[in-house]
Amino acid sequence: MEQTELVKKEKELVVPGDVIARGLEYLPGAGCYRYENEVRSKLLGLVRLKDRFLSVVPLAGVYIPKAGDGIIAVVEDLQSTFWILDINSPYDAILQLGEAVGEFVDITKTDISVYYDIGDVIYTKILNVSRSKSVQLTMNDYRAKKLVGGRIMKITPSKVPRLIGKEGSMIELIKNKTGCLIVVGQNGVVWLKGECEGFAAKAILMIEAEAHTEGLTDRVTAMLEKGVE
Amino acid sequence: MGGKKVGAPENLIIGNKRLDDRTPEDFRPMEMSVGILKHAIGSATFNFGNTRALAGVFGPRAFHPKFLQDPQKAVLRLKYAMAPFSTLDRSRPGHSRRSMEISKVATDALASVVFVEDYPRTGIDVFVEILQADASTRCAGINAASLALADAGVPMRNLITSCSVGKIDGILVLDIGGLEDNFGEVDMAVSMIADQDKFVHLQMDGIVTKEEWGQLLTMAREGCGEIYKKMAAALRERYATTMEGV
Repeated sequence: MEQTELVKKEKELVVPGDVIARGLEYLPGAGCYRYENEVRSKLLGLVRLKDRFLSVVPLAGVYIPKAGDGIIAVVEDLQSTFWILDINSPYDAILQLGEAVGEFVDITKTDISVYYDIGDVIYTKILNVSRSKSVQLTMNDYRAKKLVGGRIMKITPSKVPRLIGKEGSMIELIKNKTGCLIVVGQNGVVWLKGECEGFAAKAILMIEAEAHTEGLTDRVTAMLEKGVE
Repeated sequence: MGGKKVGAPENLIIGNKRLDDRTPEDFRPMEMSVGILKHAIGSATFNFGNTRALAGVFGPRAFHPKFLQDPQKAVLRLKYAMAPFSTLDRSRPGHSRRSMEISKVATDALASVVFVEDYPRTGIDVFVEILQADASTRCAGINAASLALADAGVPMRNLITSCSVGKIDGILVLDIGGLEDNFGEVDMAVSMIADQDKFVHLQMDGIVTKEEWGQLLTMAREGCGEIYKKMAAALRERYATTMEGV
């Protein structure tokens, strides 16, 4: 008779190969795999349990594009009918003209750099990711737009949920206290614009460094209040 | 057969004491730290006594040259190199047959546990630099690389642990040190998948009997087990929460 046993707790730190659960009741989700009758961790990260799915949230790692994600991308190159963008991932992404511009464009007469040129920063949505990880983007989303001015910084993608906070509470806290415009991409790229950009950036780096700890919201609030004075 | 080598000490082991006062089953003091390079995605150092290895992981990232890309998985590339100042006489930097061989066996050892199917078309570059060489450099390098890959968030089935075993003055010993490597009879480097009885790398210089062979493998298994505990602790330490002053 196989016994089901949860060996690690929620939010416990695990290393690759650690046994998280035994028995067939628990299922391996992201960051986990099944080895015989055990669910083991693939990563150095924190355990999450939802219903019967175990997953491990990594504490480091590159961004793997996923359909539906809202990300910040930088135009790297362009051809006659599409742009190639850097999405802070081992994979580049393509934005087709038809997904970027609503109106008809005569490509024999128009150079598409009038819409987005090399170096432009845009907030865009991932339309689709193929099995070999070819990424298609779209601007057909209410949040999608060009981000003008300001600066961008990068954080570990797996820490983005912590930066945003529950229902946006953490990022709203930083926006209110610093008066900056801030847009966070799921790919770990953050766009900031305002007079206190540097200070907001410091708060963001603090959250990235301490994302795995408790009581972070209070510490960030204290840091922002102290600094703004 | 033949006489002793020039410069060989009279004895490498007297009673139960080796030249550095260790018993046959003792490791040299091991030290390791994780996440010490700013620009690498993951990094680690690993020391066996005076042997010091540093590893940096870059990737998964776009892989070049393009014709070597694999559309279904990542390509792991480990490059082992010895710093010119790592040995008593300056070792010439750049490729050598030895460094290419070690790069290959170490790559194969680590690739056996990395989930390369999770990252098609990419490359994962691991650079191992030996900063100070006092025997068992490939073992220290593989341990450092294993820690660095975990630090980089590269998904793996398990950690790889590596150690050396051998025979000096007829006695089987764990963790071959400098002079023991130069003047001993057998030197064997071994890498295992942490908590499974699986060898992913094994190289040996010398001659052993069948019985000694079994004993060396047992010694290697136990040695790797000990290293695994320390490596797992070092990884957890990286993110240990210290709440003082909060």
